[in-house]
Formats: sequence, C-alpha cells, structure tokens
Amino acid sequence: MSFFENIGQYILFLKRVVSKPEKGRVFFAQIIKEIYKLGVNSVGIVVIISVFMGAVISLQTAYNLVNPLLPDYLVGYTTRESMILEFSSTIVGLILAGKVGSNIASEIGSMRVTEQIDALEIMGINSASYLIFPKIIAAVFINPFLYVLSVFVGITGGLMASYMAGTVSVPDFIYGVQVDLIPYYIIYSLIKTLVFAFIITSVPSFYGYYVSGGALEVGKASTKAVVNSSILILLANLILTQLLLK
Amino acid sequence: MITLKNINKSFGELDVLNDISIQFEAGKTNLIIGQSGSGKTVLLKSIIGLLDVDTGYIYYDDRDFTNMNFKDKKEIRKEMGMVFQGGALFDSLSVEENVKFPLDMFSAMSEDEKKERVSFCLDRVDIKKAHKLYPAEISGGMQKRVAIARAIALNPRYLFCDEPNSGLDPVTAIVIDQLIQEITKEYNMTTIINTHDMNSVMEIGEKILFINKGVKAWEGCSDEIFDTENQALNNFVFASNLFKKIKSKL
Repeated sequence: MSFFENIGQYILFLKRVVSKPEKGRVFFAQIIKEIYKLGVNSVGIVVIISVFMGAVISLQTAYNLVNPLLPDYLVGYTTRESMILEFSSTIVGLILAGKVGSNIASEIGSMRVTEQIDALEIMGINSASYLIFPKIIAAVFINPFLYVLSVFVGITGGLMASYMAGTVSVPDFIYGVQVDLIPYYIIYSLIKTLVFAFIITSVPSFYGYYVSGGALEVGKASTKAVVNSSILILLANLILTQLLLK
Repeated sequence: MITLKNINKSFGELDVLNDISIQFEAGKTNLIIGQSGSGKTVLLKSIIGLLDVDTGYIYYDDRDFTNMNFKDKKEIRKEMGMVFQGGALFDSLSVEENVKFPLDMFSAMSEDEKKERVSFCLDRVDIKKAHKLYPAEISGGMQKRVAIARAIALNPRYLFCDEPNSGLDPVTAIVIDQLIQEITKEYNMTTIINTHDMNSVMEIGEKILFINKGVKAWEGCSDEIFDTENQALNNFVFASNLFKKIKSKL
C-alpha cells in the first residue's frame, strides 16, 4: 500500500473511531480499564527510566561544568529544564510507543485474525470505536500524569546522583531546580504529551486493525506500529517545538 | 427466511461468486457446502454484510439488505447471531461475560435479568461449571458451545455458523450440530451453516446449497444427496473411502 493510501486509510479509520459510543456506561467502563492498562501499568517503566535519565543528566552536566565562573546550581537547573522540555515528554513518549504501541497493535491484530472484530461487527457494534476510542481517551487523560511523574522522579534522580557522587550540594541543586522556571515550558511539554499520547494509541491501533493473515502478520504489524509511531513522535516533536517555542 | 437473488462477487479479476440464487427457510438448518476455495465463506460473509456484493440482492424476510443504509443494517444485525469457526470469543472476558456482552450492549435488562438470561443460555448449551473461566481455559468444544450461547443471547431471528465443528472430534461435532438444529427449531430461526463436514451434511442437512467454483451447482436435502447425478457433488461427497463404501452398500 502506498504512503498516500495509508494516510487516506488512517484518516477514514479515525473517522470511524471518533464516533458516538454504543452505550455510555460500557464506554466509560472501557476507559477506566484502559487507563489502568495503558497508564497505571506504565508507571513502573516511566519511574525507572526517569530516575536514571535525571541522574545521568545531572552527572553529565556536573562533569562538564569545568569553568569556575559557572555556578553549581546550574546542575539542578539543567536537569529540570532537560526533564521538562524534552526527556519527560519525548523520550518517555518514545518508550511508551514501544511498550504501549506494541501491546495495542498485537492485541487488536490478534482480535482481527481470530475474528473477534468480525464478531463485534456482526453484533452491529462499531468495532473501531468500541475498541480504540477508549484507548485514545485513556492515554490522552493519563499521559500528562505520567509526564508530571517523570519530571518529578527525574529531578529526584538527579538530586540523588549529585548527592551520592558529591558533584553538587543539595541546597545548590534545589536552588537550581527552583530558579528561573518558565511555566509556559510545562504547558508546551504537556501539549506535546497529549499529541504523543494520541499517536501512541491511534497509530498502533490502525496497524493492528487492518492486519490480515496470521500470527506472523500480527508480529509485523506490531513492529511497523512501533517504528512508525516513533517516527511520527519525532516529527511531531519538531513541528510542535517550532510552532510553540518560536 | 433469507433470500439471495443473482449474487455476484469478484476480487479484481477473480470471479468468486457467480449468479447465486436461493431461499434459506426459517426453522430449518440450511447448509452451504463446497470444497475449500469454492466461495462459501465469501458467500456467508456477503450474506452477513462483512463483504459487499457486486450485484444481486439479499433479503432478510422482505427487507432488502443489500440496499439498506448503515443505520438499518445496524438494526438488522441485532437480529443476527454468529458462531465463528474459532469461536471468536473475547479473550479478555470470562465465559459468562462473553455471553452477557450482547445483553450489555443492546438490552435494557437489569443486572439480575441479564444474569438469569446468561445462566439460561449457558444451561441451554450444557455449560455447567465454567462460567468464571476464560476462553483460553476451556476446550475447543466448550468454546463453540459458549459461542452458540452468546449468539442466542439476544434471541436472534437469524443464526450463522462458519464451520461450527471444525477441529472437533466426531462425537463433540455431532453434539454441536444437534444443538444448533435443536435451537433452530426451538426459536424458529433461519440458520445458515457453512461446512465441508460430511457428517454434518448427513446429520442436519435439511436444505443444502452446494457451491462449486463460485457457482450454485446443486440444491437439495441430505436424503437426496446420495442419489444425485451431479458429478462435482459426487466427487465432493464421496471423496472419502468411508462414504464410498457406504454408497456401494446402499
């Protein structure tokens, strides 16, 4: 299928996804289930990655601040800015594209090849909306919380690493974290997180939904979903940065 | 009753269905038989609307399904029950949740009424102690029975079964066949079964459509099948030594 056909099919797919739910109560229950599956189950990996990222950023900054004129608090400042602007939104987004994306593509793809999606259609249910819309809403809702958690845990990781390595004092680090905070940067990153959440759920769902064949094709769809959603995240990151920080 | 009139369907250059016309009656087990690749799955998928036919008409009683708008098709689908080849039970739901699913989506029943209906449907297909188990935890035969229970949960007028006893041992296969036939009579449903299993044909073939290379090659019932002069049907029916021996002894 050509690139443009894919885009056209993706748009038509989104049109089917974003339609009125069959039954509000069932839809709400699905959203809660997906929040748990996509969000709560991702807390562990987000915490682990963020702690280490924060720690490494603080150490790298400290070891590169060789000029005595540069104040020590820059370590805390750099850690905070890196986490807020890029790592907690984009890197966590990429990690989730791998974890959540492959999970969604293989789940929906397996449902397709085992005729579970056909079963929904036969019942008169819009399968795309029933299966995928709650995932998108859940991710768009929960991912900003994961972002905030990642920022907090990353900065804490940076503080712990700096303290343990003795690169900068705790008061200096904390001062750096507090100094010159621009709240708009948080809004900018939250907007990015929302867009990434949409990509992370809709693109893998698209690849899973249109799988045909067997287990091998489900695997291929899962790989394509992760690769393409990662590329789209990077592209969206570039576009949003240009648009929002200009 | 479901009526097909001059159904044609092709995929690109390949003609899969060619001018198929037939009437499937209510209260009878109607079978579509044919070799693999003959077009019977495409026909069944066309009847239930998973595929659009190129030309021709499909009537559900007197309702023209082919020219129906999306909303009306959706309504008519609530009158359909479907048993898929692999069961197509939802992996993430337990046995009773699978049967309850259509009730949750389309009925205005209270929770107690739904529970009662689920128990009734599962009892009807003789599922006793597996209500809380998940599809992966039950046997293939049980999965098929749960799929039948789910299909009848909303009291459908039309029941479709795609290879309902594939992958099952002969004893379980006959149990499933008989169950489908009993339910068909009990609820006076129009049941269409896609199969290439000759045991099913002989057991429950009240009306049989034989498709060969996308064309309607024969129509009749199980009593008539042994006496047919149709060469393609003879080749299909008497492909196994068992049926050859049975015919020679008749």
